[in-house]
Amino acid sequence: MDALYLMFVDPFVQMADAPDFFLQVLWEGLVSGVLYALIALGFVLIFKSSRIFNFAQGIMVVFAALTLVGLYEMGLPAWVSVGVTLLVMYGLAMCVERVVLRPLVGQPDIILFMASIGVTMFLIGFGEFVFGGENKVMITEALGIPTGAIELNPFDGFVLIEEKDLTAVIMAVLLVLGLLLFLNKTAMGRAIRALGDDPQAALSVGISLSQIWVLVWFIAGVIALATGIVWGARAGVSFALEVIAYKALPVLMLGGLESVAGAIIGGIAIGLLEKIFEIYWGQPLLGGNTETWFAFILALVVLLFRPQGLFGERIIERV
Amino acid sequence: MSVMERPEVVESAAVSPAQEPQKREVLLDLANVSLSFGGVKAINNISFDIQRGEVRAIIGPNGAGKTSMLNVINGFYQPQEGQITFKGERRTQMKPHLAVSQGIARTFQNVALFKGMSTLDNIMTGRSTRMRQNMFWQLLYYGPAQREEIAHRKRVEEIIDFLEIAHIRHTPVGKLPYGLQKRVELARALAMEPELLLLDEPMAGMNLEEKEDMSRFIIDVNEQLGTTIALIEHDMGVVMDLSDRVVVLDYGRKIADGPPDEVQANQEVIDAYLGVSH
Amino acid sequence: MFYRVSGQFKTSYESDMALFPIRQDAVLLGVILLAMYVVFPLFASEFTFKALLVPVMIYSLAAMGLNILTGFAGQLSLGTAGFMGVGAYACYKLTTIFPEMNVVVALLLSGCFSAMVGVAFGLPSLRIKGFYLAIATLASQFFLVWLFEKWAWLYNYNASGAIEVRTMDFFGLVVTGPTAAPVTQYYFVLVIVSLITFCMINLTRGRYGRLWKAVRDMDIAAELVGINLMRAKLSAFAVSSYVVGVAGAMLVFFWKGAAEPNLFDIPLSFQVLFIAIIGGLGSILGNFLGAILIVALPVLLNFVPGLIGVEVNSATLEHVNVMVVGALIVGFLIAEPHGLARLWALIREKLIIWPFPH
Repeated sequence: MDALYLMFVDPFVQMADAPDFFLQVLWEGLVSGVLYALIALGFVLIFKSSRIFNFAQGIMVVFAALTLVGLYEMGLPAWVSVGVTLLVMYGLAMCVERVVLRPLVGQPDIILFMASIGVTMFLIGFGEFVFGGENKVMITEALGIPTGAIELNPFDGFVLIEEKDLTAVIMAVLLVLGLLLFLNKTAMGRAIRALGDDPQAALSVGISLSQIWVLVWFIAGVIALATGIVWGARAGVSFALEVIAYKALPVLMLGGLESVAGAIIGGIAIGLLEKIFEIYWGQPLLGGNTETWFAFILALVVLLFRPQGLFGERIIERV
Repeated sequence: MSVMERPEVVESAAVSPAQEPQKREVLLDLANVSLSFGGVKAINNISFDIQRGEVRAIIGPNGAGKTSMLNVINGFYQPQEGQITFKGERRTQMKPHLAVSQGIARTFQNVALFKGMSTLDNIMTGRSTRMRQNMFWQLLYYGPAQREEIAHRKRVEEIIDFLEIAHIRHTPVGKLPYGLQKRVELARALAMEPELLLLDEPMAGMNLEEKEDMSRFIIDVNEQLGTTIALIEHDMGVVMDLSDRVVVLDYGRKIADGPPDEVQANQEVIDAYLGVSH
Repeated sequence: MFYRVSGQFKTSYESDMALFPIRQDAVLLGVILLAMYVVFPLFASEFTFKALLVPVMIYSLAAMGLNILTGFAGQLSLGTAGFMGVGAYACYKLTTIFPEMNVVVALLLSGCFSAMVGVAFGLPSLRIKGFYLAIATLASQFFLVWLFEKWAWLYNYNASGAIEVRTMDFFGLVVTGPTAAPVTQYYFVLVIVSLITFCMINLTRGRYGRLWKAVRDMDIAAELVGINLMRAKLSAFAVSSYVVGVAGAMLVFFWKGAAEPNLFDIPLSFQVLFIAIIGGLGSILGNFLGAILIVALPVLLNFVPGLIGVEVNSATLEHVNVMVVGALIVGFLIAEPHGLARLWALIREKLIIWPFPH
């Protein structure tokens, strides 16, 4: 009876008892969720345009952040470092297209997936080789990101909102809006979507595959940098961050590999739920640290009942 | 164990000399079958039967629901309405692998072979429902598992001889030309020793010579092995020559059913194929 | 020249289906086994056992387990290390709960536990396919490592949170723990790996091998030719996890001597996956080739700076190693997506027809 009470009643009692704390938990979850969504978004873009399950997306986040901090430490001004990092990400996109994608075009999905794991390994090794393997601190202040905190007092309580988290959310929203505009309103964006729908047909109307790939990987790189800055500001910069990269994967399971909306909604949902679970169930009942697996198990359970994901259409198998 | 020895696991029904086909008995009966995906009716209230020993053709324009019909017959799709009776037994829930063990085998419109495996292994998969030795013996291999393997290999080799594909026995099927792949697929279906064989466009994409070969094999299977055959085919010449009875579908409805010459003269069939001016 | 096949005729299906239809292959294997069982133990140093031979054997076995699932049955798994952990912890618990139990029995039993866990996590494969399933296997990876950390019963409530292998003997011969001779441990690993390899070769060339490959190549068609998908997939998960579990138990018992939960974290999964890919998916031989490459690479890289006269610290070397492995994977996929095993097959084919080009 006690166990049942702790599992099914007590958490809700606590939520009702301290609504300000609950709001705080929601806010924390929302911020993580937004960042998961960003990583997942870079992923969806690459999958849509080149059918590659790009395992390296998460590592690109760390790599971009590491490059930025590394350049700053070498003495470049902060905003110049950002510019150079963008150049580096563009160079990375070109290299990936030339060295990995072009020779592997037409190979089965699984081969491309493996190649992206290879790229992941390479980036880890390369990043640590150039910038060292120790933890670094994100150059939050140099970039002009506010670091104060806003205090709110709902329900006669107290909710603390860090300004850098707020910046993260605002930046993510702007990034997503910009991306949607780009995809829907420009010729390049249309080309990317065409490639996602039917590569052969897209090629036959004169869309250049390698151009698009470089572009898409570069956009993914930009998203990675943005994510890297805001996440680095919260958690420091090191390859330990790759753990958050894995979080993008259950988001994709929930939202579907090809859905931009799915990535955003899935990311936020997972960010919120895993936080709530950790605080109200994980820590009191399971010894904590449930965030490492909760998202995966959640996605797994949802997929068992809806194999097409939350936003996919019903799969009809044909022969 | 010598190759000549006849293993007991194998029933000798398939490659035995011609059985006299008994055309009267109904092997499979479909009554008022309907199937829809979302709002789309793929099959609309269709009834027909297949008699033991006959070659039954299912024809119709593209999108008429022919392949869906085969998918319903072998349990891949569940019809929402209607009754299916196979060998006198009313069928309820159906799974494709159960259909095989009841004696229904098929080939596919787009060749559905296992591309990474050799011809021999592909055909051997057709025997998998008949293999019994458990994991333990499989691990050891020598002993019962090997005896079973050889027994089935022997049956498969008979089918390989029958379809004249001995020379490509060890070739990965991915490397074979299209016509031969179709033949390997037929071989795999025959390896299941079916009572009812469903052929989905067995001659699609073949040249004249390959079509003639395939027609000959189909006739041989029907006459020498006594297998009942239901086939979908677009080549009217082939359909008229091979089949005993023809059922014509259009937009998921049945529009004609009968002997080839009768169907050929049917006005509705001509309209469906050539279009009508309104 | 050495691979002349003329004059070797097959007169029965039995000989056509033999393990080595070509006599030279059997001779080659004989030579390799002789080296493994006689030559190496006579001449190898302690370092060679600990840093090369034993790791190669254990990684090969783990990769073989993964290969059953991914290479043969086509179900991509990213959670191998979790199942290795289950094997290791099961073996640890078995040997502490039943101290009298023979270490080999414990080892082989521990595989059964990982097989059960494997089947449980394999159940989603009946509904979820492709990349979605690959992500789902990560669920097992993260969940299991978390469990190893949080469930104190698993590590006997040790203050360190780690499991340590005590000294155990096999009919009087010390085989585990710090006092065990490396050569003894090597023989143990070698015999068990040989045995399981033999079984896996048999399994993959027989009925189960065909079931799995059929599911891999086209699961809908497999279902329509009468294959029970559930049985095919779950048997692949069970066999794979069993082998992986035994490999995990041996990793701790005959090599590392102790383990913390994070040993079984995702880097180990990837390590094993790389071995399987570089070696060749859908091949048994490839696992050994891949393991040799991946294990030998860092050891070799260690010597390179010395050879060219540069001082490099070990952290940098580690980074370079990761980089090289990443580049190697991409390079291999471009050059030969089917891995080292296919490379060997091509060479062998060339040898058979040598000196003629075709």
